[in-house]
Amino acid sequence: MIKASGAWKKKPAQKKIGIVLAHAFLAVLAFLWLIPIFWVILTSFRGTKGSYSSTFLPSFYTLDNYVKLFTDFSVFNFPQMLLNTLIVAAATCMLSTFFVVSVAYTLSRLRFSSRKKLMNAAMIINLFPGFMSMIANYYIFKMLGWTNGPLLRLSMIAIYSGGAGLGYHIAKGFFDTIPIALDEAAMLDGCTKWNVLRKIVMPLSKPIIVFTLLNSFAGPFKDFMLAKILCGPNKDYYTVAVGMYQMLEREYIDQWFCSFASAAVIISIPVASLFLATQKYYSIGFSGSVKG
Amino acid sequence: MKKRLTPKTTFLQALKEGSGWEYLSAAVWGAGCAARGQIIKGLLFLAAEAGVIGYMLSSGLYNLDKLMTLGTVGQQKVWNDEKSIFEYIDGDRSLNILLYGIITVAILICGIMLLRASVKASYRAGSFKKQGKRAPGFRRELRAYADERLHMTLLTPPLLGICAFTLLPLVFMACMAFTNYSVLDKKLVLFDWVGLKNFERTLALNGSLGQTFWSVLGWTILWALAATFSNYILGMLLALFINWKEIRIKKFWRFCFVLTVAVPHFVTLLIMRQMLQPNGAVNVLLKELGWIDSPLPFFTDTSWARITVILINIWVGVPYTLLQITGILQSIPQELYESAKVDGANPFVTFTRITLPYMLFVTTPYLITVFTGNINNFNVIYLTSAGLPRAVGSTAGDTDLLITWLYKLTIDNQYYDVGAVIGIITFITLSIVSLLTFRFSGSYRNEEGFR
Repeated sequence: MIKASGAWKKKPAQKKIGIVLAHAFLAVLAFLWLIPIFWVILTSFRGTKGSYSSTFLPSFYTLDNYVKLFTDFSVFNFPQMLLNTLIVAAATCMLSTFFVVSVAYTLSRLRFSSRKKLMNAAMIINLFPGFMSMIANYYIFKMLGWTNGPLLRLSMIAIYSGGAGLGYHIAKGFFDTIPIALDEAAMLDGCTKWNVLRKIVMPLSKPIIVFTLLNSFAGPFKDFMLAKILCGPNKDYYTVAVGMYQMLEREYIDQWFCSFASAAVIISIPVASLFLATQKYYSIGFSGSVKG
Repeated sequence: MKKRLTPKTTFLQALKEGSGWEYLSAAVWGAGCAARGQIIKGLLFLAAEAGVIGYMLSSGLYNLDKLMTLGTVGQQKVWNDEKSIFEYIDGDRSLNILLYGIITVAILICGIMLLRASVKASYRAGSFKKQGKRAPGFRRELRAYADERLHMTLLTPPLLGICAFTLLPLVFMACMAFTNYSVLDKKLVLFDWVGLKNFERTLALNGSLGQTFWSVLGWTILWALAATFSNYILGMLLALFINWKEIRIKKFWRFCFVLTVAVPHFVTLLIMRQMLQPNGAVNVLLKELGWIDSPLPFFTDTSWARITVILINIWVGVPYTLLQITGILQSIPQELYESAKVDGANPFVTFTRITLPYMLFVTTPYLITVFTGNINNFNVIYLTSAGLPRAVGSTAGDTDLLITWLYKLTIDNQYYDVGAVIGIITFITLSIVSLLTFRFSGSYRNEEGFR
């Protein structure tokens, strides 16, 4: 510390002002970026009802908005929505992780004749608006009669995880970083490729598996479009996102706006912590994908 | 090393060089394998053939026949004598016919692939015989699926998932572009193939649909360029700024920005929408401060709305860019900067001559991904401006992208045919852009490699 402050004293005054200004500028930027988040948190405790408030900051604070979410089931059954989302998210994250890790592992560490072709095909499919297959999926499931009752959950899980294998890039980037010499050494010792996968690469890959699990678990909490189209009027199967979107519809917004903010806080806490816990992989996966 | 279980052959090579068994294997799958002692494998092939042929005879051919016309019989009213009432009898449902037709075509393609596999397997078994060895038994082949054919084992489940829930729906939707499946003329139950008519209608400059399309396409491309590069450049400047050696508590600053990525986007976007309404929080705040008298038209005026959504996207996207770019910035070789300093380059020159080219070089694939993401950026538009403001009588608003327009056309208005056309055109646009960028970055890479 003493050393640092010594260095600080040595700097010319002009530079000192510049550094202070730079910090002030960063603070203003950070503040601008955080305003909406502060505002949601404040609104979730707001005492006055209604979607609009005549003052920017609430005039008094209360916990009622949170209580309402868990006690007032007249229009929205928030605990039920949470449960629905949890069920779908749990199944989705197991299936998608299995798909993503299989594809990423195969494309990264195994060499076979159609490998390049498959990667190109995946790239082409990824260029189609994902939305297009989503809408078509909805019609297919409607035809099958899977958009009513408990089957609705199954169709959500199927659509969320079905195409998951296409998003293999981050996991592949991770597998690319594990030295291939390990595999070769093991195979020289007579290890089959399956045993290389099971005994050598998987133990080294726990971070990426956890990352993929958490990421796909958060998916159903974040997506609302698909759930909204699939559920339609089936309120019993709403996920949190659909329910929250409905709270802002014209007929409910007046009564439910502050509770919407509370719900936003409730689901943001776990999703944000999952994200912050796994954020370093975003840049790792990226540098991996650059390497090709 | 162990001997290869599967010497490489192509289908045609197998037919040309093979014996009569290979030709027989094309007609009776698995015959060649069974003759060389691979009895179980041969029987499995035969069972598959029986399955495919059985399916084709029982319903496949019927489905294909129906697919040609997409159904001809409408709903009929029939007098029921016993109950003395008119009863409705369902006619053909074109949507179902289309789906079953596509599934049948998929099964046919699988059949052709199995046929080729049968011929190749027979040739392989034969080549073992020729070398005087025994063809590998069933167990040995099964074991190969945990070893040299592990890729097949691992890829089969994900590929099945992708085919069923991504590829099939895409083909299904793409086919609708060539029909007249639309609320127009009440073609919702029974519709026909119309060829390229929908494309003509959409691309025509004089029709109302065509005019809407071109204006939406223009705005979509403008939006994607603005959104991609504003995020990229601002995110990079922010990352450089935080990386500046004089800045203290770097981690804290990064955390402030990254926190906004962590909160689910649909939440923050819906909140932005609420805050920017005519009597929302932002206007209230500005009024309290006495800066404005009447609310700012964030989503009600075309230019305002367009700038607002781009600004919102900057808010959403810059922290994300920051997160992804920080690592790469730190990997730029320091010698480059040092030698630039020696040559007397100022910070601006250093940025435009070293940082920017290096970043562009490393991040071109990333930029394409982001550009694609922005062309298909449904949430930022739909959850904030919802495409508004919209001119009377038009299906698309001034901030609608192709993708949100696609949603409105299909889900809200039931113009499925045009919706599918929009989807295909989006795909074509994206393919052209990615191809051009790859071309450009390829030549760029050869001219001036950093590594």
